[in-house]
Amino acid sequence: MRSYLDNTEKVKKGKKNKEFTVVTYSFLAAFLCLMGYFVYFQYGESEQFINNPYNKRQELFTRSVIRGDIYSADGVTLAQSVVDEDGNETRLYPYGRIFAHVVGYSTHGRSGIEEMANFSLLRSNIFYMEKAVNQIQGEKSPGDSVTTTLDYDLQLRAFDALGTYDGAVVVMEPETGKILAMVSKPDFDPNYLSEDWEGMVSEDSDSSALLNRATQGLYPPGSTFKIFTTLAYIQQNQDYNEYVYQCNGKYTLDNKTIHCHKNKSHGTENLKDSFAHSCNSSYASLGMTLDIEQFKKMCDGLLFNTALPTTFESSQSSFVLSTEDSASTIMETAIGQGKTLVTPFHMALITCAIANDGVLMRPYVIDHTTDAEGNMVEQYTPKAYGTLIAEEDTAILQEYMRAVVEEGTATKLLSDSYEVYGKTGSAEFSSSSNASHSWFVGYAHQEGKKDIAVAIIVEDSGIGSEYAVPIAKEIFEEYYIEKE
Amino acid sequence: MTNLIVEISKYLMTLLFACYTYECFSAFRGKLSEEKKNRIFKRQMVLMYLIHLDAYLAIFAVTDDILMILFYVFQVIFVAVTISCYQMLYKGASRLLVNNMCMLLLIGFIMLTRLSFDKAVKQFLIALAAMIVTLMIPFLIRKVHFVRKLTWLYAVIGICGLAAVAILGATSYGAKLSIAVGGISVQLSEFIKIIFVFFVACMLYERTDFKQVCIATVIAAIHVLILVLSKDLGGALIFFVTYLIMLYVATRKLFYLAGGVLAGSIAAAVAYQLFAHVRVRVLAWSDPLSVIDNEGYQICQSLFAIGTGGWFGMGLYQGMPEKIPVVEQDFIFSAISEELGGIFALCLLMVCVSCYLMFLNVAMQMKEQFYKLVALGLGTVYGFQVFLMIGGVTKFIPSTGVTLPLVSYGGSSLLATMVVFAIVQGMYILRQDEGNINEAKRTKQRKTRFDEEIEELS
Repeated sequence: MRSYLDNTEKVKKGKKNKEFTVVTYSFLAAFLCLMGYFVYFQYGESEQFINNPYNKRQELFTRSVIRGDIYSADGVTLAQSVVDEDGNETRLYPYGRIFAHVVGYSTHGRSGIEEMANFSLLRSNIFYMEKAVNQIQGEKSPGDSVTTTLDYDLQLRAFDALGTYDGAVVVMEPETGKILAMVSKPDFDPNYLSEDWEGMVSEDSDSSALLNRATQGLYPPGSTFKIFTTLAYIQQNQDYNEYVYQCNGKYTLDNKTIHCHKNKSHGTENLKDSFAHSCNSSYASLGMTLDIEQFKKMCDGLLFNTALPTTFESSQSSFVLSTEDSASTIMETAIGQGKTLVTPFHMALITCAIANDGVLMRPYVIDHTTDAEGNMVEQYTPKAYGTLIAEEDTAILQEYMRAVVEEGTATKLLSDSYEVYGKTGSAEFSSSSNASHSWFVGYAHQEGKKDIAVAIIVEDSGIGSEYAVPIAKEIFEEYYIEKE
Repeated sequence: MTNLIVEISKYLMTLLFACYTYECFSAFRGKLSEEKKNRIFKRQMVLMYLIHLDAYLAIFAVTDDILMILFYVFQVIFVAVTISCYQMLYKGASRLLVNNMCMLLLIGFIMLTRLSFDKAVKQFLIALAAMIVTLMIPFLIRKVHFVRKLTWLYAVIGICGLAAVAILGATSYGAKLSIAVGGISVQLSEFIKIIFVFFVACMLYERTDFKQVCIATVIAAIHVLILVLSKDLGGALIFFVTYLIMLYVATRKLFYLAGGVLAGSIAAAVAYQLFAHVRVRVLAWSDPLSVIDNEGYQICQSLFAIGTGGWFGMGLYQGMPEKIPVVEQDFIFSAISEELGGIFALCLLMVCVSCYLMFLNVAMQMKEQFYKLVALGLGTVYGFQVFLMIGGVTKFIPSTGVTLPLVSYGGSSLLATMVVFAIVQGMYILRQDEGNINEAKRTKQRKTRFDEEIEELS
């Protein structure tokens, strides 16, 4: 804009307009911030919103994009879209039941990786012009493919090892947080979801086959919980090394008696022996000495009563204990019975943190996405979630978990080629029968290879050492010996 | 075939509108000759017609409804007549403002046609009526001088109007915004914004001593308070900010501005503690996904729309803007961003900014303090409302439920904004006339400081 003022007037006017200039520039700055935010939102934040299951607009993409494929880490196709001559799209799962829960489904709603990677699978990153040409011609563009961290062989082995039992197996890489395998039974065949749907969701079906027990199943932790009780004791007692307990097979307080397995008396034991032998009496007695508030606080810090850091649909583990609780409740809680409930995935994460010197890596199952030509679109990198346990405490837990394998309840896992650290458990889930869920959580180490951690639960089977431990052995053998 | 047209029109529209926006700012460059400027405005006009044609081709391709073509023709006539009226009646009118006003109206028509044909037609008829009424305003500005003497009349109308809405008004989405006048629902506060600006200008254009400031502040505070009680938070904020800015410029004391901001912050904190509906808005802003089923539903839908649309949009009729509650009014920007694209939406924001700059430019160029203050006040009302609206629907700031002037559906907002544009237009013409007189005396053409700064910016 021109002005028609001479110099003196200009100076006068400039001075007079100082406030106007201040106001204009302030507003301009605000508008620039708004524009910057808009650009930032489109680039950075929008994906979180687009990917939200509430966003019905995702369905719009199916009009112009063929849903991408899902692969295992070693390149095996786990899900693909087949288009027939008439342009009808069918989703195919070559390994059906084996990957059912972890890969999930995309008809009848979505679950698993199909759900969390929905946006990537429905996004086409082929060359812009090509996509525009496709759109204009009314043809669909191929969506991006998702390569997972899942190990085909491990998944297959875990699936077979669980056999006909209900339960769950989670295998992870503690150093990175990669999920290598995730099995849940009973299962379903995603290829025949439409046919089987009615039966599975009907009220008289009690198998709940669609539930991913690995992340959503809530179980009493049984003796695997002694990891937490031990950690609480170590944190609260600097002289934990001097702990001594004389076990005669049972422990009674306030009319409540806690029995050791088969009433076996373990004799004189220190803390490490108590852990290795999973001595209930010793832990019931030890539990009574704990500061309950600190115990509760510690468990809250170890992912109890909070959402797990994952995009899988997951349940919250629960730990409730207060100073008002009776001795019987405290004793039961200390040995992993009581009201405590955990998910297998939660136990896998805690095991990972112990194996990784206290640092939990954020678990992830999508390794990278590629466009239809195989060019990398997005690569996910391991990220730390946080330090859950102090390093010196982890060292003690590692030593104790090693003792379980060397001299305790999991001696079946002794091997010449790798070292296993773990904890077994048998969780009683019904007061009326003696049936129990069989647990094993632990990790293995071999020079030159990455550690792997497992969490295994076999429902309604028996004690951990007899049912869950052999499955762990099969997984470790597969990973450290047969995969070579 | 439909697909082809919608897709091509989408990309073309983005390109054309980007060019249009560029011309908006290129017109601010300093050393342009009159001839060059006219060429810019001509180009803008051509671009505007092309964008409009392009959009209605896509609309027709999808709906296959002959009514759309008819409606299109009416709009073209409307715009053509408006532009030529201004050119004929007012030689010195700002063609940038006329172009921008028409462009924003047309974008509104396009989006409303897509969302609801009935509402689009209604909007068009109101625009038509408003245009006829407002065409006289620039003339009145030049002739009528007693407007600066009606201080207390403005105050009485303003307070009584707002109070009437607060007491008798119909509640919509928790706030009392409108009042029924002869069967038509009118948002009085849209008009009182203008009256309020005149009141403040009257109060402060001659005297800015402490006593005068106190009186003005009390009256302004009553306005704001009534709006807060009607739960019209957006309106209250606009009045408050407008008053503060006008007070600061009139008194030239930063102290008042700082004090006002401080008082405003305290009031906001108190309101947060006191009113549940304020907390709800803040919560829906800070983490909308956590309350997606209730308070955050609207803003989440808006962000889904903007995010899913991406940079180039889904194309007209290809998105789901109807998923956003009250999309035609408070969330039209999200619908535009979803279907016409993020680039288009950003350009829209920039066109609004260029209008704001024009308003402030007029304020600086005027000689009489009264006009300066009026232009500043109206510019602030306009600019701040644009900021609140777009900031709110993009989750930059908590949503306050205000409309996007000229684009959103709503008769009161449309008419009031067109009145604002006409008043500023009138002052621009006034200044232009003064300028022409001065020009005869000058041989050299110079720029003001502001122009130089604008030039550096662009």
